Amino acid sequence: MYDFFLTSLLPVAIIAGKSLLLLAVLLILIAYLLYADRKIWAAVQLRRGPNIVGAFGLLQSFADFIKFAVKEPIIPAGANKGVFLLAPFVASFLALSAWAVVPVSEGWAVADINVGILYILAISSLEVYGVIMGGWASNSKYPLLGALRSAAQMISYEVSIGLVLTCVLLCVGSLNLTDIVLAQKNGLGTRLGVPFASFLDWHWLALFPVFIIFFISALAETNRPPFDLVEAESELIAGHMVEYSSTPYMLFFLGEYVAAVLMCALTTLLFLGGWLPPLDIAWLNWVPGIIWFIIKTCLVFFMFALVKAFVPRYRYDQLMRLGWKVFLPFSLAMVVIVAAVLKITGWA
Amino acid sequence: MITGFAAVFFYLFAVIMIVAAIMVIAARNPVHSVLFLILVFFNASGLFLLGGAEFLAMILLMVYVGAVAVLFLFVVMMLDVDFAELKRGMGRYAPIGGLVGLIVLAELIFVFMSVHFSPAGPDAAVTQPVPAALPRSNTQALGDILYTDYVFYFELAGFILLTAMIGAIVLALHHRSGVKRQSVGEQVKRNPQTAIEVKKVESGKGI
Repeated sequence: MYDFFLTSLLPVAIIAGKSLLLLAVLLILIAYLLYADRKIWAAVQLRRGPNIVGAFGLLQSFADFIKFAVKEPIIPAGANKGVFLLAPFVASFLALSAWAVVPVSEGWAVADINVGILYILAISSLEVYGVIMGGWASNSKYPLLGALRSAAQMISYEVSIGLVLTCVLLCVGSLNLTDIVLAQKNGLGTRLGVPFASFLDWHWLALFPVFIIFFISALAETNRPPFDLVEAESELIAGHMVEYSSTPYMLFFLGEYVAAVLMCALTTLLFLGGWLPPLDIAWLNWVPGIIWFIIKTCLVFFMFALVKAFVPRYRYDQLMRLGWKVFLPFSLAMVVIVAAVLKITGWA
Repeated sequence: MITGFAAVFFYLFAVIMIVAAIMVIAARNPVHSVLFLILVFFNASGLFLLGGAEFLAMILLMVYVGAVAVLFLFVVMMLDVDFAELKRGMGRYAPIGGLVGLIVLAELIFVFMSVHFSPAGPDAAVTQPVPAALPRSNTQALGDILYTDYVFYFELAGFILLTAMIGAIVLALHHRSGVKRQSVGEQVKRNPQTAIEVKKVESGKGI
């Protein structure tokens, strides 16, 4: 019995503990990133943003959480009840489950699996189901239109994200996220003669065009503005979320932000060197890797928030044109170019 | 050999998969059928993971659930399915469906029985040597097979798919004349000089 406990139950308990810790940290981080998103948006528009609850409005997200949680959920009479309630859970659970493979520092992943990057790609391609199910089950016009848009949009941009990932994988030679970060210790900067590992080694410099495409595709994939056509207020009111209220609405909202922050984390891992310090010198190495990881992720999220504030929403046909006629051929060409360069120079 | 928690997960995935597969056929609402089909794919990918085929598991999720089933759901959602109409044809097709089911069942029974009736005896599978585990992940192994050993067959398959895709586009494509289209190049080329006209309007008078 004791043996069974040691070999089977204990590892499961450890994984559960790790997951809970990650979940708690992630949710608190999300609460403050949500607050930061609103503050940055307000600052761009010369407003104050949330400033009532707590000092400088720091507790605003928690107040919102309580408000959503205690309100009455309303289910439309014509809705398909089971699917209607399942959809927000699918959206938020899938978004959270992708975090299982994200290494926040060396060896600090709940599951450091061989095919980590494929796992994230698979999960992010499933996130569309929350939107589609919610849109269909609401039995209403705007949600259905939003759901159809999101299905087309997310499938289109997955193609270019997949090709961008292929470029990175060609340089690394592994699907493991830890390997992808460690490969950036020795990159373009070192090859061009910088004596120690620095931020010039990270993939953002060597794969700069691909980095830009990935950033834009990540915005589209997570339905962030300027690609938030799924819930475009001026056209669809709130898209798939029109009929949702209270906790189910909050779960959709949470799923959306978790997915957006995941894309920030993925950008950090793929292009910005993950937990590696910007310069390989002593006092920067003393800072724990997770601090660097969080700083870089927040920096990418800051860019997400700025784009949301600056750029007007795309028209739907422009969005499709950008995905299929611009990004797809360009990233396909980049795969060929990167492969050719690696083959000719022998850097792979 | 699957032991401990892996066994628990195996039975969990297998049972959910079978129940969901039955529900795909039994569900009255076609959208529910597709959602159950997605559940089947999910559990199949879980079984792949337990078998150590992590690459196949992820590809199954990405291709079948992430792309094929989305389009499937897309189509089913847009169709206005008349359930009464569907039910009426049921009686007519039931005998043929039953016959196909019986044939498949019989085949499966023969396949499983042949394990015991094979000339080498029941223990043939056990006594065969197991190939030594290679020190590579199955991603690399699959990559070697697809892109090195059988690269020409792989490219041939790609060409066939490309031909099918072009064929589908040619069949569906027809240019209509006189349709107003957005020309992105022209839109981007516009500048304030040609796009905006400034007029002085005297107060009290219109343009």
